Parts: sequence; C-alpha cells; structure tokens
Amino acid sequence: MIADGVEDEEKWLAAGIAGLQQNAFYMHRALDSNNLRDALKYSAQMLSELRTSRLSPHKYYALYMRAFDELRKLEMFFKEETRRGCSIVDLYELVQHAGNILPRLYLLCTVGSVYIKSKEAPAKDVLKDLVEMCRGIQHPVRGLFLRSYLAQVSRDKLPDIGSEYEGDADTVVDAVEFVLQNFTEMNKLWVRMQHQGPAREKEKREKERSELRDLVGKNLHVLSQIEGIDLDMYKDTVLPRVLEQVVNCKDEIAQYYLMDCIIQVFPDEYHLQTLDVLLGAFPQLQPAVDIKTVLSRLMERLSNYAASSADVLPEFLQVEAFAKLNHAIGKVIEAQPDMPILGVITLYSSLLTFTLHVHPDRLDYADQVLGACVKKLSGKGKLEDNKATKQIVALLSAPLDKYNDIVTTLKLSNYPRVLEYLDTETNKVMATVIIQSIMKNKTRISTADRVEALFELIKGLIKDLDGDAHDEVDEDDFKEEQNSVARLIQLLHNDDPEEMFKIICTVRKHILGGGPKRLPFTVPPLVFSSLKLVRQLQGQEENPFGEEESTTPKKIFQLLNQTVETLSIIPAPELALQLYLQCAEAANDCDLEPVAYEFFTQAYILYEEEISDSRAQITAIHLIIGTLQRMHVFGVENRDTLTHKATGYSAKLLRKPDQCRAVYACSHLFWVDDQDNVKDGERVLLCLKRALRIANAAQQMSNAARGSTGSVTLFVEILNKYLYFFEKGNPQINVAAIQSLLELVTTEMQSESSTPDPAADAFFASTLRYIEFQKQKGGAVGEKYEPIKV
Amino acid sequence: MLVPGKIQHIICTGNLCIKEVQDYLKTLCPDLHITRGEYDEETRYPETKTLTIGQFKLGLCHGHQVIPWGDLDSLAMLQRQLDVDILVTGHTHQFTAYKHEGGVVINPGSATGAYSSITYDVNPSFVLMDIDGLRVVVYVYELIDGEVKVDKIDFKKTTATTHSAH
Repeated sequence: MIADGVEDEEKWLAAGIAGLQQNAFYMHRALDSNNLRDALKYSAQMLSELRTSRLSPHKYYALYMRAFDELRKLEMFFKEETRRGCSIVDLYELVQHAGNILPRLYLLCTVGSVYIKSKEAPAKDVLKDLVEMCRGIQHPVRGLFLRSYLAQVSRDKLPDIGSEYEGDADTVVDAVEFVLQNFTEMNKLWVRMQHQGPAREKEKREKERSELRDLVGKNLHVLSQIEGIDLDMYKDTVLPRVLEQVVNCKDEIAQYYLMDCIIQVFPDEYHLQTLDVLLGAFPQLQPAVDIKTVLSRLMERLSNYAASSADVLPEFLQVEAFAKLNHAIGKVIEAQPDMPILGVITLYSSLLTFTLHVHPDRLDYADQVLGACVKKLSGKGKLEDNKATKQIVALLSAPLDKYNDIVTTLKLSNYPRVLEYLDTETNKVMATVIIQSIMKNKTRISTADRVEALFELIKGLIKDLDGDAHDEVDEDDFKEEQNSVARLIQLLHNDDPEEMFKIICTVRKHILGGGPKRLPFTVPPLVFSSLKLVRQLQGQEENPFGEEESTTPKKIFQLLNQTVETLSIIPAPELALQLYLQCAEAANDCDLEPVAYEFFTQAYILYEEEISDSRAQITAIHLIIGTLQRMHVFGVENRDTLTHKATGYSAKLLRKPDQCRAVYACSHLFWVDDQDNVKDGERVLLCLKRALRIANAAQQMSNAARGSTGSVTLFVEILNKYLYFFEKGNPQINVAAIQSLLELVTTEMQSESSTPDPAADAFFASTLRYIEFQKQKGGAVGEKYEPIKV
Repeated sequence: MLVPGKIQHIICTGNLCIKEVQDYLKTLCPDLHITRGEYDEETRYPETKTLTIGQFKLGLCHGHQVIPWGDLDSLAMLQRQLDVDILVTGHTHQFTAYKHEGGVVINPGSATGAYSSITYDVNPSFVLMDIDGLRVVVYVYELIDGEVKVDKIDFKKTTATTHSAH
C-alpha cells in the first residue's frame, strides 16, 4: 500500500516536472521574442504546477527548485524590460492579473525584487506589501515554500545599515520588521501542519515537518546576519518577538527546534546579556520539549565561549551567569519531577563543565553542582541506567581533566558522594580514570590525609564493595587494575620520614582489606616503599633527642613483618619468602641482628612448610644462600644455625645436579671477602668435597639408570669453584687438589661410558684457557698457577 | 632511540615482573630475549640463554643464581660455562662492565631505578651495544640527578667465532 503511494508520488512529480518544463520552454520562446504577454501567460502556467497538494515536502522541493531556476531568468527579463522603458509599477500591477493566486504571488515576488532594485519605491513598502500578500496562501507546504522564495529574493535587498537600500524612510528597523513578520507567518503555517490530517498519520506528518524546519529557521539566520541589529535592538525587539512566537505557538516540535536555533545562530555575548529572558522562556515551553538538551547546548556554547579567551570571563561574572543557570536548571528539574535521571545528570554535567571553564577558581561552585546532583540521586539507590552512568563518569572526569590534579578534586566534598551512587563496575572505571590522571600528571600526593581521601575514592579497586554478587571479572582486566594500583602506591611519597610513615600506614590499612587476590599485587610495592624509607632513616644520624613516637627502622620492620605475614596465608609463599629476605638484608644494614634473624626464621619456615615445587625450591635456596652470604650482622651462633640449615636444604633438593650446585654455592657461606672472620677454608673444602660426592653419585645413578654416566659438567663447575678459592688464598685448596680434579675430568671425558656433551667440552676448554691465562699474568697470580699442569 | 625500528635485539636480564612490560619491550623490537628473575610472573622464561649476534656469542642470566651476587670471578665462571664472549647479568641494579681475557661481563643496571638490597642510590640505566665485525662498542646511559650521562667501552675479539669441532 505504502509502496504504491511512493510510486504514485514519483509519477506525480514526474508529471509536474514535465508540465513545468514544457511551459518553461514556451516561456523562454516568449522571452526570446520579447513577448511579455506570452511570457507572463506561460510562466503562470508553469507556476501552476506548484499548486499541487499531492507531493511530500521532499518531492515538492524538487519541483520548487526547478521553478526557482526558471524564475531567475524571468527576473532578468523583467529587469531588461524596465530598462527598455516598461514601467515597473505597471509590471507590478500586470502580474496580478494571473488567474490563480499562487502563480500570481510568485510572479509578484519576482517583480518585487526588481522593483526594490530599481529604487523607485522604498524597499520597506514593497517588502511590506509582499509579506502581507503572501497571507493569501494558507496551505502549509505551499505557503512555506512561497515565503521561503520571498525570503530568498529579498535577502540582499534589506534596508540594513550600510546597504544601498537604506534611506531616511528605510531603516534596519523595517528590515527587522519584515523578517520577523515572515518568520511569524511561516511558523504559524508550519505548526498548522501538525493538526492536519488523520491522527494515525501523525508520525508521517511529523517527519514531513522535520524536513521543512530549516525553511523556518532560515529567517532567524537572516536576522543574525543583519548588521544593523546591535545588542539593544536584539534585546528590545528581536528576541522578545521571536520568543513570543515560540512560546505562543505551543508546538513541541517548533519550540524545541527554534530555541535551539536561537542559541546556535546568535552570538554568545548576546546570550550572556539576555540570559534572564532566554532562561525565562524555558518554563513556559510545552512539557514534552526536551529542554535539557537545549539547555545543555546553551551551556556548552557558553563554556566554549569562556574557553576561547580570558577577556570574556568578566562578562560572565557581571551577568552572574552561574547563578542564573543554576537557578534555571533547578526550576526545570523541579517542574519535571519525572525527568529521567539521565536528563538530570546531563544538565548538571553541562553546568559543571561550564563552571570549570568560567570559574576555574571557584571550587565552591563546582562543589555546589555536585551537591545538587547528589541531592537528586539520593533515594534512588545505585544507578542501573547505562547511559546515566556514562554521564556520571563524564561528570566526574570533568574536574579531573580541568584541574589536572587529583588533589584539587579531592577538595570537592561532594565528589566522593556522587561516586556512592555508581555500581561496582563504574566505580572501578572511575577509580582507573583517577589513577590514570594521577600518573599522567605526575601528581604529588604527599600527605597521609590526601592518601586517605584518595583511597576512599578508588575503593572500588582496593576491595570488594559489599552487596555485589561477585560477577566474573576478566583475569587480564583484574591484573591490569591491580597493577595500576601498585604503580600508584609507588608514587606516594613525602621526604619527611614521619609523614611518609603515616602514608605507608594509611595505604597498608586500605590494602589489607583487599583480600587474597589483591594482596600479591599491592603488598610488594608497599614493602619496597617501606624499605626505601628504612634506607633513608639509616642515612640519618640517630637523634638522641628524638621523641618516643618518632619513626625508626625498628618500627618499620615490625610493620613489615606483619604485612608480609598476610601473604603467607594466601598462599603466596615464594613471594613472601623473597620479601622476608629483602627485609632481612635491610635489617642487616641497620645492624639489627634479632630483627634480621626473625626475618630469616620466617623465610626458612616458609621454605620448609610451604614451598614444595622443585623449581621454586631451587630459586628460593639460591636467594637464601645469596642473602645469607651477605649478612654481616649475625654472631657466630646465629650464623652457624642458619648456614647449617641452608646447606641441609641444599642437599635435600630433589635432583642430584641441583643438590650439587646448591651445595657448592653454600661454600661461599664460609668465605666472605670483606669479612675476615668469615674465612673458614676447611668448611669451604668440606662443602666442595660434598658437592663432589654428589656429582659422583649422580654419575653412578645415571650409569645405572641409563647405561651412560651423563655429562661431566658438574665436575667442571666444581673445578672452577676450586680455582676460585685457590685464587682467594684458601690454604686448604692446593695445587694437588686441583690437579687431581683436572685428571678426574679428563678421565671422565675420555671414558667410553660418558655421554658426549659439547657444552661441557667447551666449558672445560675455556677453563683450561683461563688457567693458561692466569699463568701468563705473571706476578703473584702467575706464580700460584705455574705448578698446575694441563 | 627508544622507538620501534631502531633496535634490532633486546636482551633483558629479568624482573620485568608483569607481562605489560614485556609487551612494551616487544613494541620496540620483536626480537626479545628474556631470562627469569625471581619476581617475574611469567615462569617460563629460561634461567639462562645464549645467542649469537654477528661474530659474538652472548650469554644472558638474571644473576641471583650466581653466588656471591655481583662477584666478577663467579660471573666469569658462568661465562666460561656458557662459553660466550659477552655475558649479560643483572640482579644488583648497578651498572658494571668488566673486560677480561675471556670477554666482557656487563650488568646494565636497573632500567627503572628500582630498589635493591644490594645497591644504595640506584640510578636508572641501560646499555646499548653496537656490534660490528669483531668489535663491540658498549654505550651505557645513566640517569643521574635528572640528567642523562653516556659512557662507552670498546671491546675487540681476537678471533672469529668458530664451531667447536669435536
């Protein structure tokens, strides 16, 4: 059915165009032979095609444009005619003899254009006549196009200031009057369309109206271009008349479109100066008009205007723009208690942006806006509307972007309150936005109070907010979130140790509520921040007059102990062990023997009870040996206990080669270069010999299990260790020992049952090269190495 | 310099900690070599790695496995074991470059200036190696008090790398 309709329209349009073209052809012939009568006759016939009621606006426009083109040529002819002596007044009268009113009026406007140009009469008289004559067409579509034609041909002939048509009798006032009248009539026609036709076709009608709206809006555009309109005239005449029409027409579509038009076409300074009047119109509009969008756009324009230059800012203050807008918004919201929350937030979001641009220093204004938001949100519980939540994120991000500084944003007391109304997911999004802002701007957050406020804001990331059924969180997303929290923790700093300690305690308090999934991310950065503080205090002189309460490394270590403890429960034993060892070394540097011992104890307990994976054990044992080797704070007994345990663990690793390597690593526990009391040559040798035994056992096992003795690598490694201690001057390691090892390796390598291993061969070769090289060095070293035969 | 396309290989001693850092390094250069540090979440990085670039054999290891930590003689042993001309290790967060008859032992330090129990006052640093024939020039970039300081060390091999023929 509809398809038929469209097809029909196509047919009619084609017919209309054909008719138009045919008459145009004859009209041209008449023009060519200067036959005025015929020209008028055929042009009238041509214009009759525009009398149709059958076309939609879209199609009517196609027809109209063709007529428009033809009328241009006619106009030129009329001009020629007047030059040839034909009186324009007569012409003006002549065209009124056309039979039908629509063609008559088109012709009249065309002649009118020439009439004005001729200046034989004041522009204002002709214009007034035309605009009133057009009243003869009350059909909306036809009337709108006719008046649009009038507007177009009169455009450059308005008696504006500085125009050639300005005179004593003709002023800009007349120009304004003409445009306003045309506008008013056009709007009336446009509104009338709404009520034509059956109710079931309302949607179609509204669509057609939408297609025509620019014809009406054009008049406002023309007004904005009239140079003679200054602020006073705008205030006294133009705006009131336009608003009067807008309000009185009581039509939603027109009101929405025209209010927006006014805001878009007239200069921002005018809006500022007429803010009262403009805002006063809003409550008078139909309830269904989307005021919030129009208001938002107004605020947006004003924000941009404010941002364009600092010079305009005083104007804003002078007209008290903020107060007026705030009030207006309040009134709108009050008048529409059913406004969806998205609308409310959009309005406040625009107002906030406005405030940030115009009054960047007035935190209280920004806070006020947020407070109004909170008030509107309260009692609604958590938001579920996606769009509304997005708007809130935009609302909350605006101060961050503007101030570039979370510290300033933290001063807005209502800021965290708005966050309360966000669901968990959005809370996390906001928290991430906040952290990113901090990192991008490298904001210094340097007091415990600010840290406290900050962590309250980002609590969506710090812990599970209660009341939420735990949704599936994507693992990668979770990691990313927690890593960004970790990065944030690294950034919190104050050079004053007391304040820094307070910061550490504050952070700790918050992250401990994070649960087992979060602690592995958040505890390490906190631990390292604390260790950095320890080091800073280490450097400072012990203050004998310091207060009881002041921060000391000891206090920090106590805190660290309790903090790392939380990891071992998760379980994250490897991480906890590593952190305990870091703390032990720091305690060592502070000469706190019992503290260091306690950390080692905790590490060892973890090793014995929680770390059972072989690979993890190997890493852990190397860290234990490496750390212990560097300890200088332990007395003999403590050191012995810890060393004994370490060697014990080493010998109990699962695979023999791992045992061997760990045991010979332990040899270093008995020989520390810069500690003279730790140079026990015998025990070094004992370790190395034990390693040798393990290596041998490994060979035998390999032979038994696989039929070949496996690689000689371990022997070469142990040989290298012998050489190490030999060079260091361990009296227990002599040339004979080295010599016999060399022979052992050589024998093993040549043995039939050994597995060829190019890497081991290369290792041995480079070891031999090393020995050669040491011999070549000469001096004490050369002497030492001389007796070794390779 | 740290833009994609300028660097041909990246050698990393470990403790990148999280995958994001690995991804970032990959954007600078797809040929990325990493060994495992004790804080790396990726447990599949190897403990040691060797690779050949031009005439040079390079060895890579985080270094917490070599005891005593930072001890050049022990590191030289690892170098002999891996049979490489250039050994790159880390863990101490302190830049060192040590030439000896067997080759060069380089520690590029910490790229981020991270805390270390071993080194006080860690300055962020990294190393660029320019390998050309039998010569390698090592440039070290250190960030000291807000300024970037560059130093360089030359090393020349005496013989070309040969396949060990056994």
